[in-house]
Amino acid sequence: MATNNPSVFLVMINGQIEGANFPEYDDLYCKYCFVYGNDWAPTSGLEEGISQIACRGQGTQPALVWNFPLEITFKSTNPFGWPQIAVSVYGPDTFGNDVVRGYGAVHVPLTPGKHVRTVPMFVPESTSRLQKFTSWLMGRRPEFTDPKVVAQGEGREVTRVRSQGTVTISFNIVTKDMKKLGYDATPSEALSAYTHLQG
Amino acid sequence: MASSDLREKMRKKRRALQETLGRVREDADTQVLVATDWEMSKDGERTAVQEPSGSEEQQVATLKQTLKAQRMKRRKKLVEDTPAETPPEAATGASEVERGPRAGESRTPVAAASSSRRSPRDLPPLPASSTLTLSEGPMKRRMVEKLKAARSKAESLLQQEALAEPASRLQGLRDRDPLTRFDTEADLGVRRRDDGAAPLVGRVTFREVAHRGWRRAEVDSGLPTAEEAYNFFTFNFDPEPLEEAAEQKKERRFVEDRGVEEEEEEGGGGGEEEAQVEDGGEGESGSEEEDKEEDAEGRSEGAPLVEDQQGELFIDETAQDFLEVKKAEYLGYHSRVQRESEVLFTPSLRTVPTSCKVPENMQPRYLEEEGLYVGERPPVSLANQNILENRILQQDEAKKWFGDDGRVLALTDPIKQSSTRPPLFNLEEDLDPALQTVYRKALKTRHASRYVAGLGETAGRCQLDVDVSGLIFSHHPLFSREHVLGVRLVQLYDQHLNRQHRNITGLLTDKLHGLRNAVRNITDLHGDRGLNVVMRQRIAEYRLEVRNTRRLRDVEQEKDRTLLKSTLKVWKEMKALREFQRFTNTAYKLHLRKQEVNQSRDEQDFEEEIQMELVELQGELEEEYQRKISQYRQQLEEWKAWRKKQKVSSKKKKKKKKKKEPNEGDKDDEDEDEQEEKDLGSEPPKPEPPERQELSLLEQQVREKAARIRRKPGEPILVPEVTLSGNITPNEQCPRGEFARREDVARRSLFVKVLYNDKEVSRTDRRPLGADFRVHFGQIFNLKIANWPESVRLQVFEASGSSSALLAEVFVPLPESTVLTGSAPPQELEFSSSQRVTFNHEGVGSDVPFSFEADGSNKLTLLTSGKLSCCVSWAVGENDIPLAPPTSQTPGGIHGALRQTDAIACIGASGLSDMKRLSKWAAESRLDPNDPSNVVLMQLLTVASSGEVQVPDYFRLEQLQEEFNFVTDEELQKSRRFRLLTLRSQEVVEFRNYKNVPAVEREVSEKVFQDYEKRLRDGEVVDTKEHLDPHRAVVAKYLKKIRESVMNRFLIAKHHFLLSDLVQEDEVPSIGVLGLNIFKLAEPKRPLKPRRKERKKVTAQNLADGNIKLLVNIIRAYDIPVRKPHPSKPAVASKSARSFTEAFVAAQSSQSALHGNDWPLNQVQVRPFVEVTFQRSVRQTTTADGPNPCWNEELELPFSAPNGDYSTSSLQSVKDEVFINIFDEMTFDITEDDRERGSTVHTRIEKHWLGSVKIPFSTIYLQSRIDGTFKVQSPPVLLGYSKERSLAGEGGYDSVLSLSEGSFVTLFITIQPQLIPGESVREKMKEMKFDSQEDERLLHAAEAFQRDAALRFPGRPCLTTVIDISGKAVFITRYVRPLSPPQELLDAFPNSPQEATELVARYVSLIPSLPDSVSFTSICDLWSTSDQFLALLAGDEEEHAVLLCCYFLAMGKKAWLIIGTAIPEGPTAYVLTYEQGRYLIWDPGRGQYYGQYDTFCPLQSVGCLINADNVWFNTQVYDAPMRMGFDVSRSKLWKPFFSRAFPNPGLSSVQPEELVYRRVDKVAAAELQDRIEKVLKEKIMEWRPRHPTRWNRYCTSTLRHFLPKLEQSRGRDVGDEHRLELQSMLGDYRISGFPLNVPFSELQPIVEAVYSTGVHNVEVSNVEFALAVYVHPYASNVLSVWVYLASLVRTR
Repeated sequence: MATNNPSVFLVMINGQIEGANFPEYDDLYCKYCFVYGNDWAPTSGLEEGISQIACRGQGTQPALVWNFPLEITFKSTNPFGWPQIAVSVYGPDTFGNDVVRGYGAVHVPLTPGKHVRTVPMFVPESTSRLQKFTSWLMGRRPEFTDPKVVAQGEGREVTRVRSQGTVTISFNIVTKDMKKLGYDATPSEALSAYTHLQG
Repeated sequence: MASSDLREKMRKKRRALQETLGRVREDADTQVLVATDWEMSKDGERTAVQEPSGSEEQQVATLKQTLKAQRMKRRKKLVEDTPAETPPEAATGASEVERGPRAGESRTPVAAASSSRRSPRDLPPLPASSTLTLSEGPMKRRMVEKLKAARSKAESLLQQEALAEPASRLQGLRDRDPLTRFDTEADLGVRRRDDGAAPLVGRVTFREVAHRGWRRAEVDSGLPTAEEAYNFFTFNFDPEPLEEAAEQKKERRFVEDRGVEEEEEEGGGGGEEEAQVEDGGEGESGSEEEDKEEDAEGRSEGAPLVEDQQGELFIDETAQDFLEVKKAEYLGYHSRVQRESEVLFTPSLRTVPTSCKVPENMQPRYLEEEGLYVGERPPVSLANQNILENRILQQDEAKKWFGDDGRVLALTDPIKQSSTRPPLFNLEEDLDPALQTVYRKALKTRHASRYVAGLGETAGRCQLDVDVSGLIFSHHPLFSREHVLGVRLVQLYDQHLNRQHRNITGLLTDKLHGLRNAVRNITDLHGDRGLNVVMRQRIAEYRLEVRNTRRLRDVEQEKDRTLLKSTLKVWKEMKALREFQRFTNTAYKLHLRKQEVNQSRDEQDFEEEIQMELVELQGELEEEYQRKISQYRQQLEEWKAWRKKQKVSSKKKKKKKKKKEPNEGDKDDEDEDEQEEKDLGSEPPKPEPPERQELSLLEQQVREKAARIRRKPGEPILVPEVTLSGNITPNEQCPRGEFARREDVARRSLFVKVLYNDKEVSRTDRRPLGADFRVHFGQIFNLKIANWPESVRLQVFEASGSSSALLAEVFVPLPESTVLTGSAPPQELEFSSSQRVTFNHEGVGSDVPFSFEADGSNKLTLLTSGKLSCCVSWAVGENDIPLAPPTSQTPGGIHGALRQTDAIACIGASGLSDMKRLSKWAAESRLDPNDPSNVVLMQLLTVASSGEVQVPDYFRLEQLQEEFNFVTDEELQKSRRFRLLTLRSQEVVEFRNYKNVPAVEREVSEKVFQDYEKRLRDGEVVDTKEHLDPHRAVVAKYLKKIRESVMNRFLIAKHHFLLSDLVQEDEVPSIGVLGLNIFKLAEPKRPLKPRRKERKKVTAQNLADGNIKLLVNIIRAYDIPVRKPHPSKPAVASKSARSFTEAFVAAQSSQSALHGNDWPLNQVQVRPFVEVTFQRSVRQTTTADGPNPCWNEELELPFSAPNGDYSTSSLQSVKDEVFINIFDEMTFDITEDDRERGSTVHTRIEKHWLGSVKIPFSTIYLQSRIDGTFKVQSPPVLLGYSKERSLAGEGGYDSVLSLSEGSFVTLFITIQPQLIPGESVREKMKEMKFDSQEDERLLHAAEAFQRDAALRFPGRPCLTTVIDISGKAVFITRYVRPLSPPQELLDAFPNSPQEATELVARYVSLIPSLPDSVSFTSICDLWSTSDQFLALLAGDEEEHAVLLCCYFLAMGKKAWLIIGTAIPEGPTAYVLTYEQGRYLIWDPGRGQYYGQYDTFCPLQSVGCLINADNVWFNTQVYDAPMRMGFDVSRSKLWKPFFSRAFPNPGLSSVQPEELVYRRVDKVAAAELQDRIEKVLKEKIMEWRPRHPTRWNRYCTSTLRHFLPKLEQSRGRDVGDEHRLELQSMLGDYRISGFPLNVPFSELQPIVEAVYSTGVHNVEVSNVEFALAVYVHPYASNVLSVWVYLASLVRTR
């Protein structure tokens, strides 16, 4: 491969969905999937995954912990459509039905390094009180037709959501050839530190 | 069970006791109440009497207390007796129960006690928990309980050991126990003080001990010693409290229960003793007993266990072993009550007598009765009010809470009964116009910015000093005439002084001199010659300046002169007046000082001045003259030119005339000339030369002017001086009028009001009006201000006597923040008043004409006016800080003439940085460059103009934008990558889902755009090559365009989301659904006849390649043609005429009858298998046997969406079709060597196409599954095969099967996973309202009709309006109109109407279906009219159906359009005809008809029927055509759209009156035929790359010969004939082949159809092919294409 004239740049994402903070719910699991633009293609790693069910810790730590690893490498020609991770959290309700507890999405950080993102989660609201009641009763709450909806802006104006809980994701980003293709995503201070190290 | 008996008994007893007690209590209660009442009144009396003596009050108090204590005691007994009931006091009393009051009742007292002992972290025990746990594991529980009980005892022991604490736990409990029962009475605080400490300590220690015990056990937990083992069984080791909180909770409860129980036992024992010991203890023992009963009852659920336990286990003994029995410490009830009564007070519920509430010796006063308004008091319940009053009365200053009427003081109820805002009815309708809301622009409140900024710190720090020093009247009504003159004199004098001070005349004169000198200097220096342009210009400028200055000076001088003159005149008048009236009122005196001047020098100066002026004027005049002269010359030139022209033209005329009349004289000519000149009356006048002005005249003018405005030479300079040194005649000597005036003046006084922001803030003292009409105030007002100053106003008031009148108002300009007190100059503000005042004395009045002359002429009218001298400035605070608001807030600009000279004022401070404006301003205002104050500015200007600072001439919003444009727009446009990205984002078809746009420009190849650009280029060019037919090509283009426009609409709709697109939400289930669900519960788990369940639908978005599979379930087939043995004897078939009846009745084919006995029964008839082709992937079933095979196999075909785009829209536009081909597998033994036959099998397998079924993918996608039996499209003739129905069995149900001819295959097709069809898109398209020209009412009705239909029968399609090709909604009946079919069709069978009908149907079916109808129907149906349809020669089922229906109507049939669903098309349109008492259903796309009761009719359901007049919606139970009636007149079955209520308005048809058909073009058809044949042959050779393809010409020509016959018979029943014919010709060939008939639209479908038959796959080496094509043309270019394809294998 001609490294001098790369035609793609690579973004390597390591990290994990560390856990969540849903004060009211327990026994949750989460699904994630990456949403990216047309010019992006995963070269290795899992694009989507589903975690184990985590119960809330006893005692002082109320957070749910999944520590669900993410590992994926993207190649791309164009930063447009930078990958986002869309996370949806599910868990049983009072009647034991599996219902959605939150959707959320966040862009994969642009800069190399370690990043921790806390993603606020939300769920779509029922369209009416009656709907709300029946959905509660039947355990069939409104869900997005596609969890990837939360990573898109289009058409969101028709929905109403309620926020609940957060999910913490940590990313370790490595990029390759971004600079060579003319995309400078490294902040100046990090860069200076880097050059300093080099020097 | 003795214990239970006992308990039962006790319960009974208790109930009885309670009943009696209840009665007793009632009595007692009333007694008590009476008593209290009495006591109260007594109390009141007593207090009234004993008030003065303070010491006795205490006695009273104690007495009261004792009384109360007694009362309490009495009551307490009752309370004690009925602890289960709420004492009335407790319910309403002020001293509330400490714990949840009902807890004590609902639980047992024991439980209550235990709960009090519970650690605060524990949750309150659930009442149900005990029963629950007990029922769960009784044995275990029991064990645990016991262990716990033991442990608690052990703990108590431990406690006793470890702490030398005398108060044991039990004692603590004992202490508390009674208290918990009394707590309803006890005040919280008291309780705490009383016994809070001991039990607390007890509690703590108990816990400690418990823990210690636990810890010890933990520590020692090595090997169990004997003691430990013992402990293990006897002690209960406290489980980890944190770990098992819930568990522990329950357990604890049991421990406690037990502990208390034991206590109870002991307590019971001790209680009896105590009863004897304590004096007031009668009740106690009872209560103890009661408690025990309660206890027993309370635990009745769990009681048996506990009860059993006692006798059962060793626990009792052990408990006694470890317990130390002690006498319970118990505080006697009586003493307790007594003690409590000292501190507690329970307000009574009784109404307080009014006398207590009003002051003594006063009757309550009712204001309301006295007629005064008393507001309504807020509603308070009487009981609460009484309690409150009682409570208040207890206090010391009780009385102050009560009003005169003896009630508690209360404000009126603040809550309004009615809502303030009037309710708005009819929200939906238009509001009353009066209530209509009107939009008004937001107004900035005037006060918004009025506060001084930063007020927080500097609040009140701003101070405005208003100094009103005084005022002088310039006119006052009380002025005498002399005053008027005097004031005028003073004014003139002031003016004079002012002018003298400014000395403008002098300045101007100096300037003039300077300028003149300058001019002279220049001319002197350079002489006249050496003047360069600059100098000349400068001189000109100087001259101009001189002229201006001179003019100004003259004006000023004249003013000076007139001023002096008028001053003198006024003085003279005044003197005259004084003499006339013989007294003086004013002290004015004018002195004139004369300054002598040097006569000669003066004269000289004068003369010099005049000369100078003259010279200048001359120069000016000369200039003027020169200018005029030049002007004159120019005009003269013009005139001359004109003149010349004139002459030329007149000469020409003359010449003409001369030619005309050569004999006429000259005179005539001249006349003509003149005439002509007259005609040209617009001749410009001849300019006159200007005249020079006379010099002498000029001099005269100058001198005259000088005399007028200047001091004459030699005249002394007069300097007037006004003094007030004159004597005023004293009052006595004045005449009466004057005296009265003076009196009046003396009466008047004045004062000034200061108004700040229109508010009066202060006023001055009254000051008398002096005789000189001056008033001195000299007052300074300090205004501390918070509001931003907007105006400061001074109002002058004049008062005479007590009345005062506003004279005038003066607005004082607000001071700049730099104007500070001390440094501010006083201002003189003029004021005037237009008040009309007249007097009958000497005062001249105001606004009254008067005259100085005796004859009354020359009248004057003066208005009251004057000057107010005042000063407004900002104060200076301590430390010399100005108390002014910050400058930045100064509102408004500076007005006035200042602007002219002040640069900053003129162009604003910001303008200073703008050099352009500054220099412009400098040029305009002609700054004196020598003025030292302008030096800086001038320097700046020179710098600016020298160009050091370049100011661009334009304005740019984002100045730096240019720098961020890393590339120019053109370059950006040129960039291929950018273009690619742009096109992709525009969703251009070619690039819609383009992946991986290269990162760098060079990697984007030009090729990417080739297709796109070609498409753009080809937009208009018609490509005939591909379409073989120019007309079709045009049509194809047109269709493409329509598709594009529809797609565009669709794309727009795609970006318009509905909630259902994003959020999945269950519908609110209706009762019906719920009911069904309930029934489902009763359903068998594994039903005998399983049905297909609805699968979960998957949205298309999260799919990828390989995820979707097409499942094709091939179940069975009927009536597959069977092989025919090589015929040896040709049979002659007679073609029987068919009739309709044959179609209905099982028609025995002639073939079967003929060949039935040819077949040896054991021979294999046919070995069919099914091959499914989809997206180039092929799957096939196993081979079955016989004409009615059953495969029951599931084939899985992968599906991949175009471009990997799995969005709904993309899936809908998938054009692929599923081909289901039925083949016959033929094996031929090709073992050459007979000897090997035993050991080797060498066969060749051939597959022979028998027929196919085509199902478009979109149909599957939209319907999500296809389930049914389909007719196999088989060729009319299959060489080597025949239909042999009767062979399977002669009788039986065979007749049922063969109701219809043809083969059938039963299929089930679906997509795995199930995709959600693009329903939403269609919904959206529905939402997108199409405009329509239909009547609104009709549209509404149509909508309502459709909605109603959808509501009643959701599945049934109902159409009322459709969208025509221009995108407008049209009512559907407009499409139906009789239209005559092409005449030749009717002429073809003049005798047989049936044949003609079939031919017409065939004609319609030959019009090709829209090749991409799929993408159309899924989005929206576009209905084209029949002429459009015929012009396009393409359309979907609706158009076919409409055309067929129209034809049938024209042929005089009863015909309707059926809107329904069919397989495999889905929603479609068929045609229904009524013939010979039967209903026929026509499939317009295939030209076939079915009887109503035909099993294999593809029409599955009927939604509505349409004809030209009406639309009927099917309201029958069933919608399958077999099970319903088609009689539309029956309103039960069909709901008409137009009814009597809404009659048909007589809609005109959108169809043309007549269809114009183009003539049959046989030549073109022949040409096309050749081309198709050529193409097909090429293709077949192409498909057989590895084998030579030989064409059997002989066979081909034979076949070609057959084809027209086939067309004539429409593919029916000719097979035998021509097969025989063929056979005879090609006897030694094994022929397999078939004719294909397709409507012609494009070449590609024909090629596809040929390919799908797989004829080319024959790989026998000696195979030959025959291919014949026949194109039969019908009217309007409708072509029927026949392709006869055969493979021949030589058998010999």
